[in-house]
Amino acid sequence: MQSPEEQFLPPDPDEMRPFFRKKTKKLINKLTSVQKAVSELIHDGDYISIGGFGMVRIPSAVLFEIVRQKKKNLSFAGHTATFDCIILAAGKAFNKCDISYVIGLEAFGIPKQTRKYFETEVNCTEWSNAALAWRYKAAAMGLSFIPIRTMLGTDTGRCSTAKEIICPFTEKKYLAVPALYPDVAIIHVHEADIYGNSHIRGITVSDQDLARASKRVIITAERIIPAEFFRNNPENTTIPFYLVDALIEVPFGSYPGNMPYEYFLDADHIREWIEAEKDCEKYSAFINKNIFECNNFNDYLNINGGLERLRNLRDIEYLIENKKES
Amino acid sequence: MEDYNDMELMICVASRLLEDGSLISVGTGAPCAAAMLAQKLYSPNLLITFEAGSIAPILLTMPVSVGDSRTMFKAIQTTSMSEIMELLQRGMVDYCFLGGAQIDMYGNLNSTIIGSDYRYPKVRLPGSGGANDFGSLAWKTIVITPQSPRRFVQKVDFITTPGYLTGVGAREKAGLPPNTGPYKVITNLAVLGYDEETKRMLLESIHPGVTLDEIKANTGFELLMKEKILITEPPRKKELRTLREEVDPLKLIIGKEAI
Repeated sequence: MQSPEEQFLPPDPDEMRPFFRKKTKKLINKLTSVQKAVSELIHDGDYISIGGFGMVRIPSAVLFEIVRQKKKNLSFAGHTATFDCIILAAGKAFNKCDISYVIGLEAFGIPKQTRKYFETEVNCTEWSNAALAWRYKAAAMGLSFIPIRTMLGTDTGRCSTAKEIICPFTEKKYLAVPALYPDVAIIHVHEADIYGNSHIRGITVSDQDLARASKRVIITAERIIPAEFFRNNPENTTIPFYLVDALIEVPFGSYPGNMPYEYFLDADHIREWIEAEKDCEKYSAFINKNIFECNNFNDYLNINGGLERLRNLRDIEYLIENKKES
Repeated sequence: MEDYNDMELMICVASRLLEDGSLISVGTGAPCAAAMLAQKLYSPNLLITFEAGSIAPILLTMPVSVGDSRTMFKAIQTTSMSEIMELLQRGMVDYCFLGGAQIDMYGNLNSTIIGSDYRYPKVRLPGSGGANDFGSLAWKTIVITPQSPRRFVQKVDFITTPGYLTGVGAREKAGLPPNTGPYKVITNLAVLGYDEETKRMLLESIHPGVTLDEIKANTGFELLMKEKILITEPPRKKELRTLREEVDPLKLIIGKEAI
């Protein structure tokens, strides 16, 4: 089910300014639990955006909790949403999606049930990766749109809500894409202090603009570190505290996704998930076991090999082979 | 002559197209292997970037995602997706490699839906990702794809990514930057280019052992023919050795069937 040209959120910056004005600018402790962050900050019908890159640096603990708490009717930014998309689809948590890239797990292939869900139950609007990245950028700049030079002349552009405009200086044709101000951004980072100052190592994808553009920001971090880390090296602040509303320490929080410089993705578990999606009954048993019968993210890690498996994924990340006692 | 498979041939042919000092944005799979091979043999200064944000990595092993750790191994810069897309929009990206479920005679690509009604697709595909952006703004787009009548169609069900759209002048009319667009299509059967006059797909060379009839039978539209059609140069010895021993020793890409 797809209904093109539906604008899921208004891009009006003057609706956002009073909201951003009220965000707390105090250095206060933002630490909370996954359960609390999801129940208090994510409401049915909200528009949510996930940081990272599909199978890389994803906030898995929060995604699983959204499904466990049975959040419904969310709108979702499918900005290279692959494994994150598949977790949310398992709970049928969203029914609207701004798509640039969804469902497919790149080299791993396409999971069947998630695809069926998109074909039958989700209202979609099309974009490109740059278009969604720049929609966040427009919002981060406090604007209502930004002119871009992609999606012109294509069905991707036709099935988006972009509109053609003419440059007042050069008379060149552009597509104006509306600013995207999500209700909630959920981003997994390498480390954060208790105030929410966050450090991402490696590629940042769209996460800096996403954090600036969103009404509420939930951060999960591999580890909590002293605030001096940021005070002594302020260039390390990828996302500053005043954007962050809730912070949770979740070690191995991107599992089964990759966390660059920490652990590689669990290819076996991802393949197992795709395999389970081939059959309705197998799929529902798999979802029950991995989501609903787990009380929290730790349970999920433990049933999938726990510390031993995670240690192994760290070896794969570090390209260490033949690690045997001499 | 050494034995080789279709995938190895496609990767070797693609690697010869990338001149030294150019900037390429690659995805996972065959494109990544072609760029790695080019860098090792022909173009040591090939600047490799990934759309998720990695710039100039030293690719040791094959990535499985365009954003995974492997894409940033010993990279010179790790940045944002918008930074990559902005250097693309500024005109700095020479080459990109794309694929798709369907391609037509103007090089338009579909990776969004199969079926004629967007609202009720027969099959939902992942969508554009960065493909539309690269197809819109890279100077030269190279497609690596298996060739079959199901893929090479008269009309794509959905133009996800622009080729030459409806022909001469159509890209410019749509507002896309001049002198950009489809450059080559490398398949398991042939190397195809585009006719200057009509912007239609053109047969340039046939792979060794393939017949013209085979190519026609696997193309759902009329291919233009070059006056003199060449035979594709098969993989060179050093190409195969480097590809098998250094680029893809685990046979993650070259172990796969082309179709």
